[in-house]
Amino acid sequence: MDKTVNQKAWFLVLPVFLVVAFSAVLPLMTVVNYSMQDTFGNNQFFWNGVGWFKELLDPSTDLGGRFLASLGRNLFFSLVILAIEVPLGIVVALSMPREGWTVAACLVILALPLLIPWNVVGTIWQIFGRPDIGLLGYALNAAGIDYNYVSNDIDAWVTVIVMDVWHWTSLVALLCYAGLKSIPEAYYQAAQIDGASRWAVFKAIQLPKMNRVLLIAVLLRFMDSFMIYTEPFVVTGGGPGNSTTFVSIELVKIALGQFDLGKAAALSLVYNLIILIVCWIFYTVMTNAGAERKPQEGAV
Amino acid sequence: MHSIPGRRLIMGLFLIFLLLPIYWLVNMSFKTNSEIVSTMTLWPHTPTLQHYKRIFTDESWYSGYINSLEYVVLNTIISISVALPAAYAFSRYRFLGDKHLFFWLLSNRMAPAAVYALPFFNLYSAIGLFDTPWAVALAHCIFNVPLAVWILEGFVSGVPREIDETAFLDGYSFPRFFIKILVPLIASGIGVAAFFCFMFSWVELLLARTLTSVSAKPIAAIMTRTVSASGMDWGLLAAAGVLTIIPGALVIWFVRNYIARGFALGRV
Repeated sequence: MDKTVNQKAWFLVLPVFLVVAFSAVLPLMTVVNYSMQDTFGNNQFFWNGVGWFKELLDPSTDLGGRFLASLGRNLFFSLVILAIEVPLGIVVALSMPREGWTVAACLVILALPLLIPWNVVGTIWQIFGRPDIGLLGYALNAAGIDYNYVSNDIDAWVTVIVMDVWHWTSLVALLCYAGLKSIPEAYYQAAQIDGASRWAVFKAIQLPKMNRVLLIAVLLRFMDSFMIYTEPFVVTGGGPGNSTTFVSIELVKIALGQFDLGKAAALSLVYNLIILIVCWIFYTVMTNAGAERKPQEGAV
Repeated sequence: MHSIPGRRLIMGLFLIFLLLPIYWLVNMSFKTNSEIVSTMTLWPHTPTLQHYKRIFTDESWYSGYINSLEYVVLNTIISISVALPAAYAFSRYRFLGDKHLFFWLLSNRMAPAAVYALPFFNLYSAIGLFDTPWAVALAHCIFNVPLAVWILEGFVSGVPREIDETAFLDGYSFPRFFIKILVPLIASGIGVAAFFCFMFSWVELLLARTLTSVSAKPIAAIMTRTVSASGMDWGLLAAAGVLTIIPGALVIWFVRNYIARGFALGRV
């Protein structure tokens, strides 16, 4: 792109800069400050250096144990939902009707879960999954499967995962659908003349064309699932025990539950750093993919 | 578009999977509490509007919706108005640190709300905005402003640069060009960006709950509180849930082709 260099553009960006700096940099400075100190209430603070960070990364301490356990749970959760949502999203995108009013109808229904407040997503699954009043829980128990997400670890995990699949698979599907739509009809005609099988068409035409949107989908889903809070909090409250306590839930427990400012701040910084690294990968991938795409921009 | 075998069946099953839990919520909201607890019925046998009536007449309930709408609308207005000029700048010019700034914005969109909950609480308490719609509106800017910038940048880049140049040759000043020419040209983009700001602010609970206590409490927080206090009033909870879905469901039709774009920060 032949953008002109103009430093005055900073004036146009300034409002955004100020608003985001006010709500991002200022609070983050407080966090850095807290992470180096210990407090015994009454606003008395004591210098603690890197003590919290040491404790955080040492699994034998209480803080470190809780952090690393929740981190492990969270990574496992993210991997499981990626392994389910990405293939399922592709299949759903490939199953979209070709034309007519059904396309719009499918799009609307697919988008519906994405626009429901996160706590209501939790409420929906709470109501749907309970063995006494929920359709799902009642049906499973009636079929002879002992299912109770309140008391059983595995049931709680299954519920949280199915809930996330319900909530977010549509996003993967909609992104893939956008990628599929950009494939010119001529490609398919060429494949037909060559006598390519459906699988070959998928592998040679559709998958490569979906590459970019799939990357975006994977990274978005990873990042959002890595900071998931509201939905599992409403459904399981992090339990039974600590079995569905993810990093954000642990952090809020420490920060707002126990008001352990130093510990919470140290955890926040490490957490943020992980997100930042993933984010950087995301940005690099997107800008590189954008550069490759430029010549055929009109097609999208 | 060439699809796979059995696509109707797959699509049908998936849509049922999506709709069934929502149906159950709606179903529940029309049942009396005794029907919910005592029997398993697939549709309300004694349909009632008592839960909706309660929400619309009890101030502690309907004020939650008003509070939520207040900060959501405030946030949308702030986000769009600061993001518009920035989107133009990112789309048209190169300047010192532009790429870093763009990345920094993205990283804020991705920052976990849990990290900011406590510092926000301190910050807004210190400046006296705690428990006002402004606190939540400003806090939600952290993810909505970057989102708006990214989406609008895509739309501004779709406007040919010749239009700017012609306008300036015709003697338009920059603000006049911006309001009279650019804004109408990207009106649909502004609509899409506004929709997503509205939506992301509407669905967020953690920050909204942390930054309010009484007078600005959002509906989402009222829902969690009442569940624990009143001994599980399932019907009321379901009705409140149904009402929170309505704003999204109302506008979904108009933005159906932009959903993927909005969630992918305008990059699709």
